[in-house]
Amino acid sequence: MRSNRSLFMALLAAIVLILAGLLAPAWLQFLVTMSAANGLAVLGIVVLMRGGGATFGQGMFFALGAYAAALVPTWFGIQDAVLRIVIGTLVAGLIGALFAPLLVRYRGIFFAMLTLALSMVLFGLLSKSSLLGGSDGISIAKPTVLGMSLQSGNAEYVLYCLTVVVSVVAGWLVSVYWNSAAGLMALAVRGNPLRVEYLGASARGSLGTSFVICALLGGTSGAITAQALGHVEPNFANWTTSGELVFVAVLAGYRRVPAVFAASLLLEIVRSFSNLYFPNTWQLVLGVFMLLVIMFRPEGLGSLWPVAARRQADPGAAVPPLAEGQP
Amino acid sequence: MNMPLLSARGLMKRFGAVVAADNICIDIPAGQRLSVIGSNGAGKTTFVNMVTGYLKPDAGKIVLDDHDITRLSHQAIAGMGICRSFQIPMLCLEMTALENLLVAVAAAEGRQSLWQAADRPATRDRAEALLEKFQLQSYAGRPVMQLAGGVRKLLDIAMALARRPKLLLLDEPTSGVSADEKFPTMERVMAAMQDEAVTILFVEHDMEIVANFSERVIAFYSGRVIADGSPTEVMANADVRNYVTGGAK
Repeated sequence: MRSNRSLFMALLAAIVLILAGLLAPAWLQFLVTMSAANGLAVLGIVVLMRGGGATFGQGMFFALGAYAAALVPTWFGIQDAVLRIVIGTLVAGLIGALFAPLLVRYRGIFFAMLTLALSMVLFGLLSKSSLLGGSDGISIAKPTVLGMSLQSGNAEYVLYCLTVVVSVVAGWLVSVYWNSAAGLMALAVRGNPLRVEYLGASARGSLGTSFVICALLGGTSGAITAQALGHVEPNFANWTTSGELVFVAVLAGYRRVPAVFAASLLLEIVRSFSNLYFPNTWQLVLGVFMLLVIMFRPEGLGSLWPVAARRQADPGAAVPPLAEGQP
Repeated sequence: MNMPLLSARGLMKRFGAVVAADNICIDIPAGQRLSVIGSNGAGKTTFVNMVTGYLKPDAGKIVLDDHDITRLSHQAIAGMGICRSFQIPMLCLEMTALENLLVAVAAAEGRQSLWQAADRPATRDRAEALLEKFQLQSYAGRPVMQLAGGVRKLLDIAMALARRPKLLLLDEPTSGVSADEKFPTMERVMAAMQDEAVTILFVEHDMEIVANFSERVIAFYSGRVIADGSPTEVMANADVRNYVTGGAK
């Protein structure tokens, strides 16, 4: 029932956004495309946060997805945007699955620092590899979509639509996962991993699953971004990219999928306009913005939703606390 | 003689110079209700932690149903049928009471689906049945952080029961519960266990609770078992009166 409702909401969101895109100027389509693509990487971080992990290395999967999407036309002759997104996603997910058994042995800051270390290793490799364009990166030609080549007039809109569809599908799948037994277990691992193990479930297995989902979404995000920008560079794996994604994840909180995309869009808007009006101090504006969020909405934008949502799900949820000592 | 459900043989555990378990030998037959008593530092919780796999003994062997579980992880031991509750309830505070139980039931069911709803009918029914067993239905939708200590205790025990364990270890089930509520709480726990085929071992400080709710009592002192028998026998034991109960009947 809940799943059907979220599917309906996802379909509605996709239709509204695709229709709204027809009216939007190219710059706005591009802004939404970029913010939705970034939102996917952030969604990955949020899935991991909700499952008890933290990452400062999402840039690694973002870069892996982007480079995979950039290299498949030359290496395998694949030009199709959808296929490049699928390949970028799978490459990132595979690498994530490879490192997951190592990472899940650690917790908290150690887990996060290991992800950072891995992403910085990739950054170093990409910067030094002449085969992969070195520090300049690689420029990529416009993709085809379902066999059609994109003209300069419609390319932005087609990519915009593709990004909307991929984001909505990914968002829906994540909401299904969050409502599933595995998703609830992940939330329990965040709350009390030892208890989960005393119940006979694997806290490490659950964290590993969250990490692989995080990697998959990072790869999808990178593959879309690469095609929207027409260029990939080692900086995608740099800690500054990961830091920016974590920034949006904190802004969004881990409660609601739409909050992730709303936070990503908000950041793009704040960045675009502060870049325009305060070209030398736009980072300062972002910093102040973040401080305000932490002070007034420490659980992120998603915390604006749950009271109403939980009340709807369970009428007994929002009752006042009991007196201490009452059994 | 029937094979015991759990057999601990020659368990030793040291923490530096402190001997927390000194050649502990205990057999627990299936279906028994036994309590473990002893002053603070006597080795009760160390014994529970060794049986549940949280601590590994320096020497000795623990056998459950003819399987050596001495070196298994606490996760594997839970899977084999030994579950526990905690002195300070270990719950997920941000989640509701029902969600905590859904997690416990899902863990008991084995592999968790990535797309099937956590509250699918079979899982929800079992979780709600557990709430009902412990008379916690009215707290189902409340976040655990809003619940009082006694309710948390019961919820913690209900979670441990979700797997239908063979042996259930309750670490001080009435600690933190007001004096007036200790008996009702324990009665509620025991009533909930009535139609479950479960052996119960509970660690307890309240001798009235021990005398009323256990068939057998094991007294610990300084890492050793100093008495083992019926509540009447153990309470009358001179060492127990001297080191554990301080003369209390």
